[in-house]
Amino acid sequence: MAAKNREVLLDPLFNNNPIALQVLGICSALAVTTKMSTAFVMSLAVIFVIVASNVSVSLIRNFIPSSIRIIVQLTIIASLVIITDQVLKAFVYDISKQLSVFVGLIITNCIVMGRAEAFAMQNGPKLSFIDGVGNGLGYAMILMVVAFLRELFGSGKVFGLTVLQPVTEGGWYVPNGLMVLAPSAFLLIGCFIWAIRVFKTDQVEEEFHVGALPEPSHEGHIR
Amino acid sequence: MEHSSRYIVVFALLVCGVCSIFVAVSAVSLKPRQERNKAIDIQSKVLSLAGLLEDGMSADAISETFTSRIEPRIIDFETGAYAEGIDAIAFDQRAAAADPDTSKSAPPNDAQVRRVPDNAVVYHVMGEGGELEGLILPIHGKGLWSTLYGFIALGTDANSIRGITFYEHGETPGLGGEVDNPRWKSLWEGRKAFDERGQVAIRVKKGAAGPPEEDPYQVDGLSGATITARGVTATLAFWLGDDGFGSYLDQFRAERGI
Repeated sequence: MAAKNREVLLDPLFNNNPIALQVLGICSALAVTTKMSTAFVMSLAVIFVIVASNVSVSLIRNFIPSSIRIIVQLTIIASLVIITDQVLKAFVYDISKQLSVFVGLIITNCIVMGRAEAFAMQNGPKLSFIDGVGNGLGYAMILMVVAFLRELFGSGKVFGLTVLQPVTEGGWYVPNGLMVLAPSAFLLIGCFIWAIRVFKTDQVEEEFHVGALPEPSHEGHIR
Repeated sequence: MEHSSRYIVVFALLVCGVCSIFVAVSAVSLKPRQERNKAIDIQSKVLSLAGLLEDGMSADAISETFTSRIEPRIIDFETGAYAEGIDAIAFDQRAAAADPDTSKSAPPNDAQVRRVPDNAVVYHVMGEGGELEGLILPIHGKGLWSTLYGFIALGTDANSIRGITFYEHGETPGLGGEVDNPRWKSLWEGRKAFDERGQVAIRVKKGAAGPPEEDPYQVDGLSGATITARGVTATLAFWLGDDGFGSYLDQFRAERGI
């Protein structure tokens, strides 16, 4: 049992990372990673929502009629997200201002719903809790790494503390403007995926050839 | 597992009921805290423009300093006269400007301000001895992605600029978002808002401006943020001009014999 817990917790970090392998939750990963402080609060918010939704879905999984299960999961997730947003506005007002709509958009973060549907519907609350923490951490890890690189090279800071004195404040470092724009997160996540796949070659997908479909061999084959 | 339609409906209602209780409780119970945060946020921006904000000031200290040194005054936006009978502390100018009953549509302008309120709030900065030290006016206008909300601080001559700040905007961090950069904001100090003929002259130029003594009407542009900079120029032109606080500023000058 302990081994299984470990696997559920650690698997989403490298072996089955929600961003790097499943390529889910990219939208917010681009939007909130210009600064480490916002990425950190966003990570905590997402971890909380995944864990709480996993546990609540898992608790009532045997009672949910399968015909409305998706909308039930969505209702639970949406409520959790609203609560998270309210709490952030009340306790970390400055950061919640910077996160603006992206906290609300956790509702549409595929990782949350993906875990509720794929894991919590089949497993008990304890295992679902661990799965939530693992996937939340997997998301958080990528977010923090991307935010670290973007904040360091984009504005010369780490967690808001100046490390590389930019020229606009009388220092020597010319900030890399690309890093503060959303596309840089794409590039960084791409490099991250590349790095992971160098070590975990089983994650490399089969090469995709355009126009290499087999000739239709029998009637009804749709190209 | 098959369920009857009745079970499904009851289950759905139950889930909705439980979820709405959680949401309602959190929203209602946290409301006072959120409102206070919002108020403190705006007060701290006003204080920082007045040069009264110190690093690491607690929320209580901010609201105390605000009460003792800042005097919010409600004015009639069109005539510029002080209006009586409106609580200046509770007055929400943004809400007033959004409500058709307390606002009217603005004339076409480059700042893309759609509505102006019937009443507006101006802040008088008071010295320790109760004498007037300066004037802070709320401004807003469209940048590239978003509307920028902020304040401009003027000296007692209603012309020299003491500072500018934006407390809410959604411009690109590092480019348009540099309107938050303290170094850039400090470039505004000592410049003049109006030229000799009394026209709004202050603008953000492309490239670097000279020191305030030589180049009083221009401020350095923000590289990579042409449209945001243009928005800031248009915002000031609107709010300091005749369609904005112009009539109030005229009255203010007349009162002080300028």
